[in-house]
Amino acid sequence: MYTQFIFKLRTTTLAVLLILMAMLSCKKDNYTEPKTELSGSIVYQGNPIELEYDQVRMQLWQPGFGKLAAIDAPISQDGRYSALLFKGNYKLVFPQNQGPFITLQKNAEVKDTIYVNLSEDTVMDIEVLPYYMIRKAVVTKIENNIAAQVSLDKIIQDEQAKDIESVTLFLGRTQLVSRANNIAKTEKLGSELKDLTSIMLSVELPSLQQTDIYARVGVKIKNVEDMIFSKVEKVKL
Amino acid sequence: MKKLQYILFCFLLFGYGCNDDAFLDRPPTNILSEAQVWSDEGQVLSLLGNLYNRYYDIASVKDWGALGDFNEAFFSNAGSYGNFQNSGWGLGSWGSWDYGYIREMNLFIQKCEAANKLDPETQKRFLAEARFLRASYYFELVKRMGGVPLILEPLTYDFGGDPSYLQYPRAKESELYDFVISEAEAIKSILPALPTEKSRATRGAALAMQSRAALYAGSIAKYGGKTPTVALKGGEVGIPADKANGYFSKALDAAKAIIDGEAGNYSLYQKKPDLSENFSSLFYDKANNSEVIFADDFKLKSGKVHGFTIANQPRYGAEEEEGGRLNPSLNLVESFEKLDNTFAPIPTHAGAGTPLYYENQTDIFAGRDARLAGTVILPGTAFKGRNVDIWAGFQLADGSIISGDDRGAQKILPGKSTPEQVVGFDGPIDGFEFTAQTGFYLRKYLDPVVGSGQRGVQSEVWFIRYRFAEVLLNAAEASFELGNLGDAATYMNQVRARAGLIIPLKSSEITFDRIVHERRVEFAFEGHYLYDMKRWRIAHEIMDGNPISLQELREDLGRATKRNTQPWGLWSYKIHHPGSPSHGKWLFKPVKLSRVTGADRFQLGNYYSYISDEVINNNPKLIRNPNH
Repeated sequence: MYTQFIFKLRTTTLAVLLILMAMLSCKKDNYTEPKTELSGSIVYQGNPIELEYDQVRMQLWQPGFGKLAAIDAPISQDGRYSALLFKGNYKLVFPQNQGPFITLQKNAEVKDTIYVNLSEDTVMDIEVLPYYMIRKAVVTKIENNIAAQVSLDKIIQDEQAKDIESVTLFLGRTQLVSRANNIAKTEKLGSELKDLTSIMLSVELPSLQQTDIYARVGVKIKNVEDMIFSKVEKVKL
Repeated sequence: MKKLQYILFCFLLFGYGCNDDAFLDRPPTNILSEAQVWSDEGQVLSLLGNLYNRYYDIASVKDWGALGDFNEAFFSNAGSYGNFQNSGWGLGSWGSWDYGYIREMNLFIQKCEAANKLDPETQKRFLAEARFLRASYYFELVKRMGGVPLILEPLTYDFGGDPSYLQYPRAKESELYDFVISEAEAIKSILPALPTEKSRATRGAALAMQSRAALYAGSIAKYGGKTPTVALKGGEVGIPADKANGYFSKALDAAKAIIDGEAGNYSLYQKKPDLSENFSSLFYDKANNSEVIFADDFKLKSGKVHGFTIANQPRYGAEEEEGGRLNPSLNLVESFEKLDNTFAPIPTHAGAGTPLYYENQTDIFAGRDARLAGTVILPGTAFKGRNVDIWAGFQLADGSIISGDDRGAQKILPGKSTPEQVVGFDGPIDGFEFTAQTGFYLRKYLDPVVGSGQRGVQSEVWFIRYRFAEVLLNAAEASFELGNLGDAATYMNQVRARAGLIIPLKSSEITFDRIVHERRVEFAFEGHYLYDMKRWRIAHEIMDGNPISLQELREDLGRATKRNTQPWGLWSYKIHHPGSPSHGKWLFKPVKLSRVTGADRFQLGNYYSYISDEVINNNPKLIRNPNH
């Protein structure tokens, strides 16, 4: 008797609960998720601008829906960005002073804003004007040192030009090599540089438990917060 | 008969019930009317008390984490390790936008001016206090956000559908500072020169605010050029360099007014013969404290108490099963000078790597600025009469370490048969929260009263917002910036002498680095560090995102822009080497804790906080801060 009562109670309550849940719960979401991808790279003459992980970002604004808030699109360390969006019209901008580059001004009216009409997956490279480009960075292991030979190109020569503060070779355990994330580095001040096309940097290898190491060279420009980097190179030890 | 009674009763009911409108029109018993409030001094004071309680501090004893940020301390608290594993701060950090508070202060001022039943003298004082609080909050806003809309009267929406008449653009950064300075100038003669009053605005508080605001404005004008991208064309951020000297002389004048006694007699706290104890009791001694000018006061059993001592008390023998959260870093500890005015790292090794052995744990810190032991609980010293038990383990003859992974863990040492304690009850144990993971606990603002570490009691130690030592250092800095090095040395030497640094600095020794350093050690854990780094525009150099190596940690100790991106620790070990002369002695090792994996980078966009999109959507006249 008693057990039967409990059983009954359980099934009926369960049934009621299930019905209630089905009735009260809404659909999984009110909107379908955004599916259209806008992606591309930040480039100068087709060459991607290499950056630091999670430091430089772009903003996408979509006017026409009441209050505005930017959709941040972070730029990865190899200069690529991507964002999943709804179809529609967007304005793409860089926040002030982001990145080791200046943006291209189209004309007085739109300035550097890029208008994007997104109706399908789009790949769009964004052209900017970097202060410097790292044209070549050859990283080699010489005995117990990692050496890099770097060649720089000063892109902006007019009154907006800026000097180099320092050039640094970073070593990292993983592919993410940056100022904050490295195990060894060596630095040359801008004032010590004689020939931009041939800068030699060398750093002693720290003791490691792994068979290869990742290296890249970064250039810090005076009064510019973000550094520009060379491609991450994997070096066999 | 009974029927008649009923009828009579009904008549009575009607008679009482409805013939009088006044019956329903009763004054509320739970709300005071405007007229009642503004005719009674006590009511007005309690309104003012509400405004006092909403005063904004960038850091205070109410929030231990904010007080020890920027790698001056490690957070020995499992939930806070993330602070040392990221690479900096979000752009919105330290933001504030409380125009509700401003509106209520404006309402208070408007209504207090209109009130006609208060004693005129008291009314004037109330008004001056409200203006002090309003200027204080605008000062706080300009430090965090740059120039903000300067609203000096209560704004009311007319529900007409067009709010644009309520939308004000941002004022210039310099206009905000000018406002704070001129308000202080206007109210200082109204406020009482009453050094015994610490929790209400006094003449001293107004002058101290004036001095600090002018100094900040002056240094932003002077050093703003170091970061040309941290500026806006309209002057909402950035102050023209040619205004610097004007501000510095205002800062000096206001500071001098306090030093010369125009606001009553303030002086450095010098009650106790032991200089370290003297320095630490300056913060908790609330009886006739001659140094404190303005403070956020607390009171036991009143509901306004705080748990700073609970959060940071030494864990061993603590009154609750917690504490030890703020562990001052070795970076800060070694920046305290030696008594001969020179800088030197904590001497752990002699020259080329041979470790130095010490008889007592405290010996290694001997001969330093008394403020070190007054700010930090060093291993081998006591709190509430009990010695802290901070030591990391035994070092054997072959250099190997025996230690434990629990507080006061026991192991058998070689050559012995019974287990004994191999690590302190206060740690340090890497990754073990509430122990002194850097090897140090915080002393400043800890309350030595019994019960202060209990959750049911808590502490009534006040939080000092302005004190006389700051006035002296403001005067020193302003004199320095105005080129009067002699005066700068005189002012600064007073503060240093109180800390036991009795060899006076010569005027030729007063440099920018000296000014920066003096404020860092004097005001550690008082909420000055961030604003000081910001106004000198050195925050991005101090926190540049690079990790600190051991070599680097020991170099350039007195340099203003010395890197401070990661907290280091200093662990002490007992030597276990029976038969050797070093047996039983102490040696010390700098350590970087395993939980510290990131290195902080202060972005240029951190100099002024992000104005939220919501605020900008509501008022399109606002422009964004630089680099956002």
